[in-house]
Amino acid sequence: MIKLENVSKKFGTGNTALSDVTFSIDKGEFVFIVGPSGSGKTTLFRLLIRETTPTTGSIHIGEWDIGNLPKKHVPHLRKRIGVVFQDLKLLRDRTIFENIIFPLEVVNASYDTAKKKVEEILEQVGIADQRDKFPIQLSGGELQRAAIARALAFSPEIILADEPTGNLDTTTSWEIVKLLQDINNSGTTVIMATHNTDIVNSLLKRVLTLEKGELVKDDAKGKNNHKAKQKSNAS
Amino acid sequence: MRSAKTSWKHIRRSPYQALAAIFIMMLTFLAISFFSFIVFGSSVVIKYFESKPQVTAFFKDDAKQENIDQLQNSLSQTGKVSHMRFVSKKEALHIYKEQNKNDPLLLDLVTEDILPASLEISTSNIDDLGAVSETLKTSPYVSEVIYQKDIVSTLSTWTNAIRIIGITLIGILTLVSIFIMMTVIGFKVSQKREEIEIMRLLSATGWYIRWPFVLEGIFYGVCGTFLGWLIASASIFYATPYLQTFLRGIPLLPVSPVFLLELFAGELFLAVLLGMLASSLAVLRYLK
Repeated sequence: MIKLENVSKKFGTGNTALSDVTFSIDKGEFVFIVGPSGSGKTTLFRLLIRETTPTTGSIHIGEWDIGNLPKKHVPHLRKRIGVVFQDLKLLRDRTIFENIIFPLEVVNASYDTAKKKVEEILEQVGIADQRDKFPIQLSGGELQRAAIARALAFSPEIILADEPTGNLDTTTSWEIVKLLQDINNSGTTVIMATHNTDIVNSLLKRVLTLEKGELVKDDAKGKNNHKAKQKSNAS
Repeated sequence: MRSAKTSWKHIRRSPYQALAAIFIMMLTFLAISFFSFIVFGSSVVIKYFESKPQVTAFFKDDAKQENIDQLQNSLSQTGKVSHMRFVSKKEALHIYKEQNKNDPLLLDLVTEDILPASLEISTSNIDDLGAVSETLKTSPYVSEVIYQKDIVSTLSTWTNAIRIIGITLIGILTLVSIFIMMTVIGFKVSQKREEIEIMRLLSATGWYIRWPFVLEGIFYGVCGTFLGWLIASASIFYATPYLQTFLRGIPLLPVSPVFLLELFAGELFLAVLLGMLASSLAVLRYLK
């Protein structure tokens, strides 16, 4: 479903964010992307939604060659991929309901259909009772659920979750991971970037480890051991 | 429909910016309306004078009837004159009274003695007016010759001057309008930068993002045009009785409602273009 071949991304400043990365992800997989800050996790996500293009190499999502996708098809690509951004990107002057219906408004979906869909998603992610509140009135976990809910608005084939447990306590983090697992169980491919070793080690899902822009490990039922490795290198 | 709702929300949330944009557009279209009245009016006035190949000769007070008859005969013999009419002092007073019947003060002051007798001469061919005019000027009994060609050329000079001033003024106002609208809309675009970035990430097309801003520009243009046109039209209707006295005999006033509607349609088209241009420029500038 997702196929990266020798993908490199260099920025104008001369920094290399990704270097010769090759991997593929099948439909319905749950994959963790781990690695220290600056290892290229967010750049990888940005490449997958065509927010930026690779310097070299190719990225295919289904039948589409993302690097050469005409600009007019980018909105279509972004309907296939739901993104939970690291900084959430919820609109502060809109209620949770308005934030979640927003992507459907953008594609001119009929209001009644969109409303029904949003109500279903709110139930699914467990924040139906928060629908009329503004983001500032919600807790970290609830905001994360709202961001996941918005990513689900198009019923996407793929969910990219960038550090969804980054600022959450352990219990809430597990609730979010459980929610993403449920989404994955319904057939959606989930790619989650995280630093949370406990979650990665407990779930025993596929783990792609990035370091300094290079894919250093691809474990089918892996553990996040980059911290342990860093420690041993330091000693 | 959703774009229209969004742009209405933008306008409602910053009413003073909206008012500034509407007022500047109103000023531009007020100037365009007045300029159109002047250009249209002056062309009607010029046509009126051009359609009347006429020379009027005013006689000195000491001119005797036989001198006038002699002059009339000599002009008739040239074969160039199609029509000739002598207006005596008495008739001149009658015409004057008729023209100023609503102003008794003017009637009291004027007597038959101070009005000159005159001869109105039309030629079959407009080119012969010059020769007739010259003949009249050489006559010792004629004090003044009014030759329509002079009026037409004076009017043309004035009209051209007004046209140049008008076009310059409208050009400046149009540029200022575009800049102000660009600033107002550009400010709103930059205020909504975060929302626009999120929209893009959530699969919004470029036009989905642009339309509300373009519609906003069109809205300012249309409101400004309507107000400018309304004020100009109301002013011309208000001034019609005064102007009618001034432009007596010229079939110009009252201004035809068809002309006013045509002017409004033209201005509306221009306003939509201006609004679209200004907002598209603003969006292009801020949405790179």
